[in-house]
Amino acid sequence: MTCVLAATIPDAITFVIAAAICVLGALGVVLARNPVHSALMLVMTLFGVAVLFVEEDAQFLAAVQVIVYAGAIVVLFLFVIMLLGVDQKEAIQRDPLPAQRPVAICVGILGLVEVLLLARGRWPSGARSVSGAIGSPGDNVGLIGRSIFTTYLLAFEVTSALLVVAVVGAVVLARRPRRALGQNGAPTGEPGDSEPGDSEPGDSEPGGGGPVDSEPGDSEPGGGGPVDDLADLEVTGP
Amino acid sequence: MSVSASWYLTLAAVLFTIGAIGLLIRRNVLVMFMCVELMLNAANLTFVTFARRLNDIAGQTAVFFVLVVAAAEVVVGLGIIVSIYRRRPGATADDVHGMKG
Repeated sequence: MTCVLAATIPDAITFVIAAAICVLGALGVVLARNPVHSALMLVMTLFGVAVLFVEEDAQFLAAVQVIVYAGAIVVLFLFVIMLLGVDQKEAIQRDPLPAQRPVAICVGILGLVEVLLLARGRWPSGARSVSGAIGSPGDNVGLIGRSIFTTYLLAFEVTSALLVVAVVGAVVLARRPRRALGQNGAPTGEPGDSEPGDSEPGDSEPGGGGPVDSEPGDSEPGGGGPVDDLADLEVTGP
Repeated sequence: MSVSASWYLTLAAVLFTIGAIGLLIRRNVLVMFMCVELMLNAANLTFVTFARRLNDIAGQTAVFFVLVVAAAEVVVGLGIIVSIYRRRPGATADDVHGMKG
C-alpha cells in the first residue's frame, strides 16, 4: 500500500479509510431510497472530506466543512425533509424516461474516464498566484485570513452581498402569497382537521404528501386540502 | 511523506462522477440537491489538493468562497423546493415541467 500511494504508513492508512468513507457515503446518497438516509450518508461523505482536508494541511477548512456543511447545510436539508414530509420512498416503478438511467450511468463513467485520462498529464500551468505560500510562517487560519482580507477583499465583500441577496430571496420564496390566503378566507388548514391523505393529488404514491397536513400552522393551499385550490395541480399519474 | 496528489484527484473525480450520476438518475428534488453538494465537495477537494501541490494558499481561499456560495445556494434552493412542495405535495422533478420551453 505504501509503495502504491508513495506515502508513509499512517498517511496511507488515513487516506484509504477516509476515501472509503467518502465513496461509500456518496454511493449511499445516490442509492438510498429514503431522503433522510441520503442526508445522513451525505454527512458521512462530508466528514471523510474533512479528514482529507486535515491530511492536506487545511485545518481551518476542515473545521469549516464540519461546522457549515454537516452542522448547517445538512440540518437545513433534514429540516425541509421533515417539515414537508417527503421522506417516503421514491416510486421507481413509474419512470417516464426508462432509458435515462443507463444513459446517465454511461455518460458519468465516460466523464470519469476522460478526467482520469486528463489527470495523467502535467497539471500545473500558468503563473503562480501572489497570495502566499502554505509553508510560509503563521498558522493556517492566519494565512487564509491574510489572503482573504488583502488579495481577495473584493470577492469577500461581494460574498457578503450574495449572502444578503440569498436571505432576502429565501424570505420572499417562503412567504405565503396574500392572494391565496384571501381565496381561502379563514385559514382552513388547521393541523388537526384533516386526515392524512384526503384529497391529496399525490395518491399514486404511498403516503404521498400525507404528513404535510401535520405541519403546524399551515394555512396555505395544499396544506389542509381544500379541493378547489388543488384543482390545478395535474400531478402526472401513472 | 503524504499521499501524492494524483490519488486525491482520482478520489475527487470519482466523487464528482457519483454526484453527477446521482443528479441524473434520481427523481427526488432534495436528493438531486444533495448530489449537487457532492459535486461541490469534489471540486473543493481538488482545490485543496492543488493548493498543497502548488504551495499556494489561494486554493484554500477558493474553497472558502465555494462554501459560502454553497450555503447561499442551499438556502435559495430549499426555499424554491418548499414553495414547489406547497403547491403540489409529493412532486418529483418530472412533475415540475411547467417551465419547459
